[in-house]
Amino acid sequence: MIKRGLFRKPKNELEGDEKLEKRPAPNIPDEMCLTCPDCKKVLFTGRLPDSCHVCPHCGYHFRLNARQRIHLFADPGTFAERDGNLVSRDTLSFPGYPQKLEQAGLESAEKESVVCGECRIGGRECCLFVMEPYFMMGSLGVTAGEKITRLFEHALEKKLPVIGFTVSGGARMQEGVLALMQMAKTSGAVKRHGDAGLLYIAVLTNPTTGGVTASFAMEGDVILAEPGALIGFAGPRVIEQTLRQKLPQGFQRSEFLLERGFVDSVTDRRKLKALLERLLLLHERRPCDGCL
Amino acid sequence: MDAFETVRAARAKDRPTALDYIGGIFGQFTELHGDRRYGDDKAVAAGIALLGPMPVTVIGIEKGHNTKERLQRNFGCAHPEGYRKALRQMKLAEKFRRPVLCFVDTAGAFCGVGAEERGQGQAIAENLMEMMTLKVPIFTVLIGEGGSGGALALSVADEVWMLENSVYSVISPEGCASILWKDASRVREASECLHLTARELFSLGVIDGIIPESGGFSKTGALIRKQMERFLLEACQTPVGELLDRRYDKFRKMGV
Repeated sequence: MIKRGLFRKPKNELEGDEKLEKRPAPNIPDEMCLTCPDCKKVLFTGRLPDSCHVCPHCGYHFRLNARQRIHLFADPGTFAERDGNLVSRDTLSFPGYPQKLEQAGLESAEKESVVCGECRIGGRECCLFVMEPYFMMGSLGVTAGEKITRLFEHALEKKLPVIGFTVSGGARMQEGVLALMQMAKTSGAVKRHGDAGLLYIAVLTNPTTGGVTASFAMEGDVILAEPGALIGFAGPRVIEQTLRQKLPQGFQRSEFLLERGFVDSVTDRRKLKALLERLLLLHERRPCDGCL
Repeated sequence: MDAFETVRAARAKDRPTALDYIGGIFGQFTELHGDRRYGDDKAVAAGIALLGPMPVTVIGIEKGHNTKERLQRNFGCAHPEGYRKALRQMKLAEKFRRPVLCFVDTAGAFCGVGAEERGQGQAIAENLMEMMTLKVPIFTVLIGEGGSGGALALSVADEVWMLENSVYSVISPEGCASILWKDASRVREASECLHLTARELFSLGVIDGIIPESGGFSKTGALIRKQMERFLLEACQTPVGELLDRRYDKFRKMGV
């Protein structure tokens, strides 16, 4: 098939040919450049960390793995991981699950779908959990539930706030009802931490769905979201199949949730650290504790 | 009976519903409506009743018996307002020191535009948190389908029992088969893999007991009642702090 416009020359140099312009020059290796999936502009991979992995042209938020996020938000050199050696077990002998776990480990270079630890943000001590999208899409299983629960219990003991970044497809079905129970378990830990007067900030990133939305993601005292993130209980495809209708544009995106009153703020990743620092500062002293 | 046959039995159209059991077990069930925020979800029936001499709060997910009722009850798939209605009744129970008794029978929380707009995830999450520290005894019995988060939202209880032919699962076997194998016809296999029957869940430590159904509706109702009475006798004598610690520890240990 002959491509249309193949023999069409640019009318003049200034007009250029869009298609030709977008293709990186042959001597530039792939890893050096990438195309923004939203505005299709070519970006230098090496410069992306400078803009917090956000497209400088259109504000598209690239997916981050857990370590990249920790690097972005924890003060340099302050992150101390906790329970980093816990791994998932195939309790139900679910077909194909051990292979999936192995593959997830290779894809993400992590042992589980969440990384937990203690760090400083803006100089203030806090506990931090960051879910890992490249480990079975951040699915919540027994071990992830255990790590998050332990983190909240540790934060309660040390009277520290918790900041949690969520990204998840939901409960991990290969662990059956045991995965479902992690929703109750983590919620209990969040509640106990909160009842002690401690702060929990949840930051929802793309995508946060299913059992994670229906548990600790929606349980923050303050809930922030990155722009354009898909956040919901049922995935859009499930709803479309159930209702046999197309969903409206922007449905279940961060901005939609803000409008409906389910998140406190939709914040650009480049301004997120500053906001977290400010929120930690604002919760540090309590008027009733005698500073008024 | 294999796992998939149990799934079918749990979904059977002629199976007694929550209101059937509530009518059989309690006296003077007085239904109270609405979540005071948006509406009244008919998929959830809630109110106050007497168990013997004791006033209790009763909450049930109701599927309905015929097509008209089922449409009205949205086939037992609750919207966020259903879970908020349940939570409102639980808070009232706490205020008036009434135990909470729940009957769960749902394919899952409803998936739809309205449900998402009104915060289905948030509604379930809030129930999970609040139930964990609700200062009165909670007893849940799964009488048919226990579909994922929609069932869990009424099942953070001191004791969770299942009827012999009920199921409790993180995802429907159809959903599991189509996501994992892109083949919804492999439901039988998925039902096996998910360990969703009462016996398997009892051995995993997820539920506290199984109620046989072989004696028919009234016998089953009597057995549920017996377990509820036994539970309340113990739980009402337990100091609140100890009750809550035990509830927390029970879920804390699951799967570990």
